[in-house]
Amino acid sequence: MKPSDELLSIEKVTIHYETEDGIVHALNEISLTMKKGETLGLVGETGAGKTTLAKGILRLIPSPPGVIKQGRILFEGTDLLSLNENQMRAIRGNSISMIFQDPMTSLNPVMPVGDQIMEVVEAHTKNASKEEMYQQACDMLEMVGIPADRSHEYPHQFSGGMKQRVIIAIALACNPTLLIADEPTTALDVTIQAQVLDMITALKSRLNTAMLLITHDLGVVAQNCDRVAIMYAGQVIELGTLQDIFKRPQHPYTKGLLGSIPSLTKNVRRLSPIKGLMPDPTDLPPGCAFAPRCQYASDVCTRGVPAIYTLSDTHQVRCVLAEQEVNHE
Amino acid sequence: MKLPVVKKQRTLATETWRRFKKNKLALTGMIVLSSLVLIALSTIVIDLATDNAVYNNYVIKQNLRMRLQGPSKDHIFGLDEFGRDIFMRMIWAVRYSLFMGTIAIALSTIAGGLLGAIAGYYGKVTDNAIMRFMDVLLAIPSMLLATAIVAALGTSLTNVLIAIAISYVPTFARTVRASVLTIKDQEFIEAARAMGASDSRIIFKYILPNSMAPLIVQATLGVAGAILSIAGLSFLGLGIQPPTPEWGSMLSSARAYIREGWHITVIPGLGIMITILALNVMGDGLRDALDPRLKN
Repeated sequence: MKPSDELLSIEKVTIHYETEDGIVHALNEISLTMKKGETLGLVGETGAGKTTLAKGILRLIPSPPGVIKQGRILFEGTDLLSLNENQMRAIRGNSISMIFQDPMTSLNPVMPVGDQIMEVVEAHTKNASKEEMYQQACDMLEMVGIPADRSHEYPHQFSGGMKQRVIIAIALACNPTLLIADEPTTALDVTIQAQVLDMITALKSRLNTAMLLITHDLGVVAQNCDRVAIMYAGQVIELGTLQDIFKRPQHPYTKGLLGSIPSLTKNVRRLSPIKGLMPDPTDLPPGCAFAPRCQYASDVCTRGVPAIYTLSDTHQVRCVLAEQEVNHE
Repeated sequence: MKLPVVKKQRTLATETWRRFKKNKLALTGMIVLSSLVLIALSTIVIDLATDNAVYNNYVIKQNLRMRLQGPSKDHIFGLDEFGRDIFMRMIWAVRYSLFMGTIAIALSTIAGGLLGAIAGYYGKVTDNAIMRFMDVLLAIPSMLLATAIVAALGTSLTNVLIAIAISYVPTFARTVRASVLTIKDQEFIEAARAMGASDSRIIFKYILPNSMAPLIVQATLGVAGAILSIAGLSFLGLGIQPPTPEWGSMLSSARAYIREGWHITVIPGLGIMITILALNVMGDGLRDALDPRLKN
């Protein structure tokens, strides 16, 4: 990857939540890069640290208890963690924006939707007149397929899918270079899901926005993403293109994830779920965090955190089993 | 040919009014209050036009031979313990009772609302500093606090207003802080922050409009309380000085004559009661009408 293509580079970021019951290791030296215009799927179980990562990029981790222990988040060359609150506010909603999980609660219930779109524009565009801003808000609404004359209506007058589209309009109002979508379709039903995702993808390619798509739905990933990162206990354990992850999964956890999806083509009696639960993030096992649930685990796994093995230009995995794989080649 | 659909755009004010007038009780409350406001304004105009002649000849003119006379054709509300016409006194008193209560509560709503919003939003040290100071104010009975403030500043209308306003600030601060605490952790606040909204924008456009409902109810109840507090201060000789008519002071001075003439206590009491009732039903209707979530 040429450095000029690099949009976002997360380097060894560690985020802890320091609670009375102990330190929650939400992110452990996580590293990840994103190119301009690409869609990266971030997949993992509940509690794997997906949302913490998304909020960490925007520096929205509630503090206390959240503490960013170490690492750098380079966005277009600047380290987001070194910026002050004012500089950070200029970036939020402008070059990086976020779509939240639940459209029902993400809009201000006492403000018409048009005004809410205008707000983002107002906060980030200097010297724009009221008419221009209103025009832009109407354009954004039309772009997401909502008639502009509904701009004076309140969020409760819209359906869930429409609310999510309003949120997308707000997120895209300032032409961000990075869009973080935190499970944008989880709260919607399947037909609306498809509609919303199609729209995000279409708008994204029109505006050339990169997208970090957080989800636990592998189907959504397969349809929308260029690359996939699988997260487990605050670390990326496998990273690769769609082909790499779906056709040649290396990490036992990835294999387990894929094994727990019902297949339409094969005749399978029972699904093979991964046994056990995510480890308690206040008390992570030594070495590989997945080892206690892994059927291939050996002594090596508990001795130290496995290194990252690069299988190809695009495919990386954090598992000792991959060592043999690399050596074979 | 398809006709273009022209959709009527409704502004917030017309929309609120449309919903408000559906509530007949609230509408009645508003009519009562607006007629009281009209009465108060017209007495002010009469005073200015006649150079206080009406005030001097009818409102504070004593006629001790006729004292405590019951309602009659000439004096429909009867006469008080000094033989003054109660009807005229009631009408001339509206401006003090209603306006002072409203102004005092408006002041403390603004001050208390801001303090509560800041305390609730920023939390930690700010919250503790503001709320502990409010606790100190709350620990002193509001009547005593107001008395102390008036005693310290001197007896005048303005000082009574300030005293009442200060003594009501803690209740408003508490109410607003409580609703801010429930609202500030909701997702749309976080979404606003993710869009780069500043703290002041979040407080004024997101948090305060969403915590308006309890504040409006508290404020209308507060006006009622403030009217009573002004009456109490007047009774102690710290509020409105006699012979200036004021419902509360009329009521308290009439207390001693309740056996001799029932009307002199009942009429000011009814006046206060009707005003407060009207304020409460109107506040209730206003809250429902202002909340777009209850729109229908």
